[in-house]
Amino acid sequence: MSREMGRDDLVISARSIFLKKGNRQKFSLLTLIVVSIIVLSLEYFKTGPINQFRSVAKDAVFKTSYVISLPFLSLKNAYYGVSDLLKIYEENKQLKIIDLNIEELKLENQFLKEENLRLNALIEEKNLFSDNYHLTKILLDQNSPYLRSIVINKGFKHDIKIGSGVRSGSYFIGKVVGVNYLTSRVLLINDLNSKIPVIIEPNGTSAIVSGNGSKFNGDIEYLPEKDQVEEGYIVYTSGADGIISSGIPIGKITIINNKKYVKFFADFDQIKFVKVYFKK
Amino acid sequence: MSLFANRIYSKTITSLPTLILFLVVILGLNINIIYKNYDFIINFSYIIVFFWSLKKPEHLGYGLIFFAGIINDIVQSLPIGISSLDYLLLSVIAAFIRNRTIMYNLIYDWISFFIAILIVGSVNYIILMTIFKIPIVYESLILGLFVTFLIYPIFFKIFVWIDNMVLVKKNDKKNR
Repeated sequence: MSREMGRDDLVISARSIFLKKGNRQKFSLLTLIVVSIIVLSLEYFKTGPINQFRSVAKDAVFKTSYVISLPFLSLKNAYYGVSDLLKIYEENKQLKIIDLNIEELKLENQFLKEENLRLNALIEEKNLFSDNYHLTKILLDQNSPYLRSIVINKGFKHDIKIGSGVRSGSYFIGKVVGVNYLTSRVLLINDLNSKIPVIIEPNGTSAIVSGNGSKFNGDIEYLPEKDQVEEGYIVYTSGADGIISSGIPIGKITIINNKKYVKFFADFDQIKFVKVYFKK
Repeated sequence: MSLFANRIYSKTITSLPTLILFLVVILGLNINIIYKNYDFIINFSYIIVFFWSLKKPEHLGYGLIFFAGIINDIVQSLPIGISSLDYLLLSVIAAFIRNRTIMYNLIYDWISFFIAILIVGSVNYIILMTIFKIPIVYESLILGLFVTFLIYPIFFKIFVWIDNMVLVKKNDKKNR
């Protein structure tokens, strides 16, 4: 008898929870759960009108999010502005000590570029990669355990394609993994899922740089067993994937507890504008 | 205070739970922490949804919760619909507890919240890993849920204070 009553109670509670709309509620929980499952199953469709609708919806959310986050962004920028200002004096003192000899370096760079062009012409190498880029603003800077990414203000309307390389200044920071009509998502090099083929100079060792979540260092995988890589060597993109141009600096080798890492050149906290490369 | 300003203030106070939830999801304000190679996230949205669904569901509509979940998925680049499902499951559990409880207290709420986020976290993990094949570090997920559970009392106190403000505003309206 009491067990039956308990079961009845449970049925009444379940009915009340799932079907009753309640005070000032427009939808029942059951309806919304079913809608959520339907929406989730629509993720299966990666092309066609559903994808286009998803792309427009994402654009709208990203733009709204950017507008709402403007006051918070200005606070963040003000903080970094002040801390940069405090560092300037120290940096200036150090720069005065270093003899940069910029003019000589410029000439050397020019000579190496021209030599490279001559040698490429000699072996009839064609440039597969594009030099066209958009300088674009970052709309959203997203850090979560699932994804380290940024959302940029250019999409397939601007010829951006999945896989396009993204730079901050001269340094490689990631590649495009999702393209909407007006916006794109860039997977940063420090994301757990990021794998970028690289070449380590001066000895030309090939390896893969893999993200580990840290914004300072990345892991190096597939180094040869007897590798000659030493601290301070520079890591560049190798272009082995055929999408990202070769020779973009990523970082330099650093050794922590006898393990080799890449110390990124880019400061992921202070990126406001990026260059995204595209092919017409 | 003029009548118009008073009305705006009153409207803002009564919509505060919705505003907080939408700010958290739109700005991605869930805090990401890296501790000893474990990268985890404190999910404020879970606390907001659970508290208001348990205490005052009339202040946070289920439709809005669903919509907040969709926005969260877009911002976090998760499969669209997964966060809505999580939030609605939290609301179901909160509604069940509300139906079954006569007296509320912080400890009871806190333990219920722990059970609720464990269930939601498990559903989330199973769907993301088995259907969408998104790699999730299990330890990070558990650590994130545990820290979210630990900070619940702080938000409980803040939300009770907000709830009291809403109550005062409503009484003012009635007395006028």
